[in-house]
Amino acid sequence: MRSFFSQHRAAIVLTVNRMLDTPLATLLTIMVIGIALSLPLGLYLVVNNLSRIADNSQGQPEISIFLKDNAGSAVQRDIETKLKARTEIKEFHFVSRDTALKQLSQNMGLTDTAAILGKNPLPDAFVITTKDIEPEHLDQLRKDMQALPGVQSATLDSEWARRLNAILRLGKQGVWLLAALLGFALAAIGFNTIRLQILALRDEVEVSRLLGATDAFIRRPYLYLGMLQGLLGGLAAWLIVASAFALINVRVAEIASLYNLSFLLSSLAWRDGLAVLISAASLGWLGAYLAANQHLRGSRAAF
Amino acid sequence: MITFSHVTKRYRGGTEALKDLSFTIEPGELVVLTGPSGAGKTTLLKLIAALERPTQGSVLVSGQNVGKLSRGAVPYLRRNIGMVFQEGRLLFDRNVFENVVLPLRIIGMPQREAAKRVRAALDKVGLLEKEKAQPITLSGGEQQRLAIARAIVNRPAILIADEPTGNLDPDYAAQLMDMFTAFNQVGVTLLIATHDPILAARSTSRVLHLRGGALQA
Repeated sequence: MRSFFSQHRAAIVLTVNRMLDTPLATLLTIMVIGIALSLPLGLYLVVNNLSRIADNSQGQPEISIFLKDNAGSAVQRDIETKLKARTEIKEFHFVSRDTALKQLSQNMGLTDTAAILGKNPLPDAFVITTKDIEPEHLDQLRKDMQALPGVQSATLDSEWARRLNAILRLGKQGVWLLAALLGFALAAIGFNTIRLQILALRDEVEVSRLLGATDAFIRRPYLYLGMLQGLLGGLAAWLIVASAFALINVRVAEIASLYNLSFLLSSLAWRDGLAVLISAASLGWLGAYLAANQHLRGSRAAF
Repeated sequence: MITFSHVTKRYRGGTEALKDLSFTIEPGELVVLTGPSGAGKTTLLKLIAALERPTQGSVLVSGQNVGKLSRGAVPYLRRNIGMVFQEGRLLFDRNVFENVVLPLRIIGMPQREAAKRVRAALDKVGLLEKEKAQPITLSGGEQQRLAIARAIVNRPAILIADEPTGNLDPDYAAQLMDMFTAFNQVGVTLLIATHDPILAARSTSRVLHLRGGALQA
């Protein structure tokens, strides 16, 4: 057991020394991995933030029915009865023009909207949520509502959220596709740098085999090298993405404050960051393993 | 210790390096293998260390059939065989000490004990003062002695050497032979291949003479 640990410690020390021996090459390899990884990672965060916005806005589609300006309370009651009769409607509530103005003032952070606008431009409205969210059914309902007397217009509020959701699904797929491609690239980078290193140290590999080194012994420092490169590359990607988002967030905060909102893009969560590090290290390891095995299988110790 | 029975080695392309070779080397023997270049000396040594496998027949080393060893078992066979090569096969990117310690690193020996063993081996070949030197700064004879130190540091039961005196002047070669004799006296089985007839004649030990892949009486 003691020899097991000392063998691994020796391999790690050897690996770190080799990396420090060629600082520029090591740095460049790490940056290549880091930049390659930061692309899907950045996209992932963008998609994540957008879906956070979409989730906040609500998932439930709503139909808003705006009444004509001159519609009296008789029309309002009449519509109410008709809405109650429709079984597909889950619930509805009435928003009077005064309530609507108050809400708007609150949302915009303005104190005396009515004073600015002179008179209240908002109509009375009903807000409906339905039991099922099939697009055709919703559209049919909206058309029916539109046709009611005293109704100025009926709109499907959820349309934009559903479109955004569709785009986000596409975005998420894009993230995975990009991650898979660049994951492959990462393993390839690992494979190639390790292959070059093995070729440079071919004598050592050959001599070690003559002296009775097992494949595992010969592979070990290269596996650590691949793993360490991947790990540092993952760390670089994390740093790149975190700094980029910190920079962007300064602007986002500025824009948000102009709208009297406090909104910031959320950067990489710890858990996601660790997942990136682990997968980057594993892919680096895999590339190194393939390169080392290819060399060990391909060459025979010569006398 | 080493038994060849009806060993034939044919390389791809049909060259027959060894033909129906049979002999036995007892534990503790010192055997000199002679013959002109191309007689099959190197091939014979390669078969012992499982660097090649026989086409026919069997090679037994310490009771193990070397030709039938699995890939995973070969390293453990080699740990028991010290090898000295014609061209030294030193690693020029590290110093004398680091060259000699490599076989001990391979078996995972703790650092302190390994350092002791390395110094003992360097002492035996007279290179103790040069442990921090780079191999490239050593003379040809010193490099060959360094290679021998590396071969014996793990205290192998068998030492095989391929033309160890190849590039050395006669005085140096004689010194080297004395060193081998000293190892033999502490119980190491030695097989030394050389095309140098003087060296062979000088030796008081058993001589195997190879010609065209076959043993000559």
